[in-house]
Amino acid sequence: MSKEYETVIGLEVHVELAAKTKIFCGCSTAFGGSPNAHTCPVCTGMPGSLPVLNKKVLEYAVAVGLAANCEITRYCKFDRKNYFYPDNPQNYQISQLYLPICRNGWVEIDTPDGPKKVGIHEIHMEEDAGKLIHDEWEDCTLVDYNRSGVPLIEIVSEPDMRSADEVIAYLEKLRLIIQYLGASDCKLQEGSMRADVNLSVREKGSEQLGTRTEMKNLNSFRAIARAIEGEKNRQIDLLEAGESVVQETRRWDDGKETSYAMRSKEDAQDYRYFPDPDLPPVSISEEFLEEIRARQPEFRTEKRKRYKEEFDIPDYDIEIITGSKHMADLFEATVALGAQPKKVSNWLMVETLRILKEQELDPEDIRFSPENLAKLIALTESRAINSTVAKEVFEVMFRENVDPERYVEEKGLKMVSDEGALRKTVEEVIAANPQSVQDYRNGKEKAIGFLVGQTMKAMKGKADPGSVNKLLKELL
Amino acid sequence: MANIITDETIEYVGILAKLELSDQEKEQAKIDMGRMLDYIDKLNELDTSGVEPMSHVFPVQNVFREDVVTNGDGSADTLKNAPEEKDRMFVVPKTFE
Repeated sequence: MSKEYETVIGLEVHVELAAKTKIFCGCSTAFGGSPNAHTCPVCTGMPGSLPVLNKKVLEYAVAVGLAANCEITRYCKFDRKNYFYPDNPQNYQISQLYLPICRNGWVEIDTPDGPKKVGIHEIHMEEDAGKLIHDEWEDCTLVDYNRSGVPLIEIVSEPDMRSADEVIAYLEKLRLIIQYLGASDCKLQEGSMRADVNLSVREKGSEQLGTRTEMKNLNSFRAIARAIEGEKNRQIDLLEAGESVVQETRRWDDGKETSYAMRSKEDAQDYRYFPDPDLPPVSISEEFLEEIRARQPEFRTEKRKRYKEEFDIPDYDIEIITGSKHMADLFEATVALGAQPKKVSNWLMVETLRILKEQELDPEDIRFSPENLAKLIALTESRAINSTVAKEVFEVMFRENVDPERYVEEKGLKMVSDEGALRKTVEEVIAANPQSVQDYRNGKEKAIGFLVGQTMKAMKGKADPGSVNKLLKELL
Repeated sequence: MANIITDETIEYVGILAKLELSDQEKEQAKIDMGRMLDYIDKLNELDTSGVEPMSHVFPVQNVFREDVVTNGDGSADTLKNAPEEKDRMFVVPKTFE
């Protein structure tokens, strides 16, 4: 490569909002309903039906906008974006072009060169389209409109990112903000967060933007990183060969690790936007804004700082715990129930992360309650169970959110604290293992380990190894 | 007629509208569209500078619904609109993506 190039990237991120109902009708947004169950005349675009805006959608959009330092448009409207495609029965998507709800924001990301601001051009509210399912047998396409009308926000960034790493950092930042707000679970794999990448290259130092392409179908952070790398190289190769980049939409095929241009006939677009006459404008009052502001949660940056001041736990733990809103909530709630912060953090950092990793789950998938975690910690603290038993109980609790107190009781896992019973077992073990006893008495300190093990086995693990050790030494 | 619609334009509009027109229909459509644009030119003669574009007739704003599920299973009614149905879904010709 003779010249040095710079990659310029902007993102369009669609986020499915966590509202219970669709954006303009009272149909459920629940995932996994039977095909077309969640449909009505509004979300299937029947003539004469009347869409009415879901207030929750507006609240979420404004909350995300405020968190991303945006100006909130005080008088906003909806527009119709016209296109014909089977996923869209009304032949237009209700979106916002002229007066989007949020504009001119930014979020800060961490880069190796320090913090960097990524500009947010705008955020608008819109409806999702139906789902197309390819029928392999009949070579036709099937359409399920359950997703039609599910509320989305589209977050359009400025072309401020320069590498795949910055893109991932930006997406992580958005994901955390939105999860902290409870506005979406932001799962790329499940499509509740989707990113289109606009990318161009230019010679380093040039002020002028190159011709960009838009890349679609990116459903994991890994796919995004690979697609950026691939598209950057493709464009540089074209320029090096003296050819030019064509402005087009490309579809990433992660299996083949390559992208291809969508045929221009499919890509032909002239959306002929116009204001939607069915939806009256939205006027946002100062009171409404204040209400949303007052409800904003503590975000990660503040939380990190507070944890450092309040809890005696390592910075690394703080990073991991605050990296998930659900985990942070769980941590705080368990501590509030009286558990020692360091103990709570240990259970989250070691056993919880281990199981999450093994089962390829997200922290958001944790189902056990803070009450149960606090009880488990209390059981270990009071030495009612030993650490081996605690780990076993934890696995069951992770799986079924069982009440550890009851579980330990029912399964008879409590340590035998009855000194008499313990003493009896120890005496039996000593009697049954004369060789080890002899070895110990001859100065082989290690022999006691074997005797502890034998006692634990006889007690079915329900003894405190420390007490056993102590008792053995006493009796020998 | 002041506005002349080219063959390329009618071709492009056909793609956007997903319409296949015969040559005869294309010629007719070119004339019709030219006339429509002439009419718009006529409207454009009126000076509307300083007039706020009107998107809604009634002075109504902030009409919201609460986020409460009010609709049950609508598939039976929705699927009445399907010319062809399979597995409770609409069947359409094989579609990209």
